[in-house]
Amino acid sequence: MPRVTFTANLQRHLACPPVDVAGATVREALDAVFAGNPRLRGYVLDEHGALRHHMAIFLDGTPIRDRKAQTDAVAEAGNIFVMQALSGG
Amino acid sequence: MSDRLLVSTRKGLFQVDRGADRWAIAKVHFLAENIALAMVDPRDGAWYATIDHGHFGTKLHRSDDAGETWTEVGVPEYPAHPDGTHDLDAFGRPIPWKLNKIWAMTPGLASQPGRLWFGTLPGGLFRSEDRGATWALVESLWHMPERKQWTGGGADLPGIHSVLVDPRDGRLLVAISSGGVWESSDEGATWTSRCKGLRADYAPPELVEDPSSQDPHCVVRSPADPDRLYMQHHNGIFMSWDGAATWKEITGVQPSVFGFPVAAHPKDPDTAWFVPAVKDEQRIPKDAKVVVNRTQDGCGTFQTFAQGLPQEHAYDLVYRHALDVDGSGTRLAFGSSTGSLWVSEDGGESWATIGEHLPPVYAVRFVK
Repeated sequence: MPRVTFTANLQRHLACPPVDVAGATVREALDAVFAGNPRLRGYVLDEHGALRHHMAIFLDGTPIRDRKAQTDAVAEAGNIFVMQALSGG
Repeated sequence: MSDRLLVSTRKGLFQVDRGADRWAIAKVHFLAENIALAMVDPRDGAWYATIDHGHFGTKLHRSDDAGETWTEVGVPEYPAHPDGTHDLDAFGRPIPWKLNKIWAMTPGLASQPGRLWFGTLPGGLFRSEDRGATWALVESLWHMPERKQWTGGGADLPGIHSVLVDPRDGRLLVAISSGGVWESSDEGATWTSRCKGLRADYAPPELVEDPSSQDPHCVVRSPADPDRLYMQHHNGIFMSWDGAATWKEITGVQPSVFGFPVAAHPKDPDTAWFVPAVKDEQRIPKDAKVVVNRTQDGCGTFQTFAQGLPQEHAYDLVYRHALDVDGSGTRLAFGSSTGSLWVSEDGGESWATIGEHLPPVYAVRFVK
């Protein structure tokens, strides 16, 4: 199953350890994570499901193409890494 | 009199308490987080703080035990744009339908427990009936055609920074940078412009009196006379004696009529305080001296106070929510963009420094 990992900076605000979940796309995998951690969704996606402006998701080391709906296809052993796009001040 | 301040800063919510002989920082809530605004609800004593996480969005936290513990509650959410795109403002710049910032927090009437009104960027007004757990966009204001004429003032997006609830009947008044003043007497179902008398000399000549050109920086209502309203506008100081039906421009105020915050005396409708600055392309204190202006005769005359405030090479700007007065009218506090915080116990005539090296101060509120 794909593995979803979250930046340590996000762990300051709520618990979100790495988790293995089912999903054929990045969004399906994220939705599986959010199902068990609903508050996390609003920290990564905006109210319309788009990736927040200053957030980034890497899939196997490459930024995802579809920031709006995260439809990028994920392999069975895919690695999804959720992080910030910029460093804060 | 109030013995406690909540100071919202770029790096935390600072709780400042009055000790036996001085005011001092007693506790820092959310250290290192960007706190845009905090509010104490006088109806139930709840504290609210909004955190701008940047990367992770805007969040709202509430404390029901005076800051001992906090719980994350809901935040306003915009509906999806019907075309799946975004609006364009008057200058053709995109206005996304998504929460950018919470910029005003106002409790409902005492007879409406749980009701809160929040003003936001990019210009949506939201209502909660359950102490912030869930929120509803006031659609009538958001869908008003004139709303698309609103533009960002200092920010990239337009925002509602002042939401006033008339204690007599719940009538709503909202002020937008930039988008004028709007009133609703039916709980937000319909809206009427309340900009008569306002002027925007910075606008093209044909738009000087146009409601959407008006950039009120801060509007407050006198608790002692709800028809009395004080406004610090981008163009200067304006005052209304008739509940915003008409406004009068106040001219000739020294050292300047420009600024952001205004505070109204809780008991004397003729008294209010302003913090002047050089207008708008500079936004620094006149001659680099920090002063506070007070009127005690309804903006007929003003006194300027400097005692205890820095009088050389001071470049402190005071944002619109960063000045407050307590329930007695004798204690005031304000904070600055360069991390200074001052308190007065004599109606603003003299000031003591609480801090000079704090993070940028966005909002100052007495716990009343």
